[in-house]
Amino acid sequence: MDLESLYQEIILDHYKHPRGRGLREPFAVEVHHVNPTCGDELTVRVSLVGDTVTDISYDGQGCSISQASASVLHEQLVGESVTTGLATTDAFLALMQGRGQVEPDEDVLGDAVAFAGVAKYPARVKCALLGWMAWKDAVSQAVASETPEVAP
Amino acid sequence: MTVVHAPVAGLLDVEAVRADFPILSRTVRNGNRLVYLDSGATSQKPLAVLDAERDFYTRHNAAVHRGAHLLAEEATDAYEHARATIAALIGAQTRELVFTKNATEALNLVSYSFSNATAKAQHGRALPAGADRFVLAPGDEIVVTEMEHHANLVPWQEVCDKTGAVLRWIGVDDAGRLDLDHPEHGLGAVLSERTRVVALTHQSNVLGTVTPVRRVADAAHAVGALVVVDACQSVPHLPIHLAELGADYLAFSGHKMLGPSGIGVLWGRYDLLAAMPPFLTGGSMIEVVRMEGSTFAPPPQRFEAGVPMAAQAVGLGAAVDYLQSLRSADGTRSGMAAVAAHEHALTAYALDSLADVPGVRVVGPADTASRGSAVSFVVEGIHAHDVGQVLDDRGVEVRVGHHCAWPLHRRFGVAATTRATFYVYNDTRDVDDLVAAVRHAQSFFGVA
Repeated sequence: MDLESLYQEIILDHYKHPRGRGLREPFAVEVHHVNPTCGDELTVRVSLVGDTVTDISYDGQGCSISQASASVLHEQLVGESVTTGLATTDAFLALMQGRGQVEPDEDVLGDAVAFAGVAKYPARVKCALLGWMAWKDAVSQAVASETPEVAP
Repeated sequence: MTVVHAPVAGLLDVEAVRADFPILSRTVRNGNRLVYLDSGATSQKPLAVLDAERDFYTRHNAAVHRGAHLLAEEATDAYEHARATIAALIGAQTRELVFTKNATEALNLVSYSFSNATAKAQHGRALPAGADRFVLAPGDEIVVTEMEHHANLVPWQEVCDKTGAVLRWIGVDDAGRLDLDHPEHGLGAVLSERTRVVALTHQSNVLGTVTPVRRVADAAHAVGALVVVDACQSVPHLPIHLAELGADYLAFSGHKMLGPSGIGVLWGRYDLLAAMPPFLTGGSMIEVVRMEGSTFAPPPQRFEAGVPMAAQAVGLGAAVDYLQSLRSADGTRSGMAAVAAHEHALTAYALDSLADVPGVRVVGPADTASRGSAVSFVVEGIHAHDVGQVLDDRGVEVRVGHHCAWPLHRRFGVAATTRATFYVYNDTRDVDDLVAAVRHAQSFFGVA
């Protein structure tokens, strides 16, 4: 296992050039998640129209893995249905918790397959999951409450 | 870009020391030699400690302070001999030393004395003579500092929540020293006749700052407050003389000073320990037990409920013996003075070496005056987690994150730092490997 397979080009690119970063309106639910062991934090807003994820906006600070992961999350899930988004999240979670034994499905995960190497570093798995767990929390709340959108 | 430094004086004979620590000869990721720079989190253990534990289990094991058989007698002797050895290290009376699970438990033992005494007093229940010192009223104040480890902060926040006392704190200046003369967050501003406890670290686990405990203690005692010192980062690294320190309580852990995990130490002035209600309760800590109620043993037994960690105590005693046996390579110093001189020299070398790396900023005192060996730094443009990952890839094991001192990191406007800590088995080569790895991280992430 070398450093390059952990820090794939895609990850470094998303870290240096994050997609969709910044908090936007309107949104249905906002959550703030932290990684208590390192202090990394992320605020995530989810916007839905019907069953479609119309935006995932986010801001925070943390390591390359956590920030790039949030950027990939944005790119992968915006425009998808909630059902697809949650299925992708489950696949990403399974990959991250697989200790390197789970074969990633690029058709489901897209650029998120680049994080496969993270699974071999248990201490970094939480970094990769920070944004995904926040989004999952937010979208679950949004679906549960069917909160009306906050007007801009 | 090789920087040549002058030979370093004051070091231990590191080759000889390293031979006592088998783990240091293993390889880590990518077949690299292990460069262990995380002793501030936990130290490695010499064979003398491992052998002492094994000898206890193979020859003397029994439940201490119970039973009248030969093994019980030997086990009790070994346990109490360890207590005496550790007490002598810091200049304490043996009966003032309480064994705990770790330093966190030792600090909680003190903090719970306040909330327990307050709760019992509210219900008019029996307390030891003198326990009024531990009974808090709403508006009483507890003072900590902004550089505390969570273990000497969160327990006091809890005491405040349970008793209505108010938490106040002494600030930290930009150089990483306690800002004792600050008009709002200094000693004069924070201490008052309402102050009941002042809890502070002796050496910051992040900044390396050695605090002026004596000055703080004198000011605290002048207003009638008790002084609780977190000595986790000082007892393993510095000669400690309780009589000079002026503290009322001192907490430290065994595993950070070459000893086993699972054992910590609370030292307390005997008159204070005797006035405290118990913390954990059950067997061994009692005097008389009846169905209607119980009375409690004198210290230190009052605070050692249940079968204690005898082998760990014996191991910690062996660790103290080991530390005391160390000599400077030049023969001028021995014991903890030699340990302190070694770390002082390494810290100076590390601070100099890191100062030569553009984009590296040390958080904490930049010179070695009143400073221990925790060196925390920020590499501009790279998150500490990523720095640590690259270092680990080269066998350099450091701590990354907030090091259980989140408010302190907030004070310095950083989410996380990379921390190298040095101990008796580290040498200048380890520092060189650290610095080379930091430069590699900069080049890997394209920031230098």
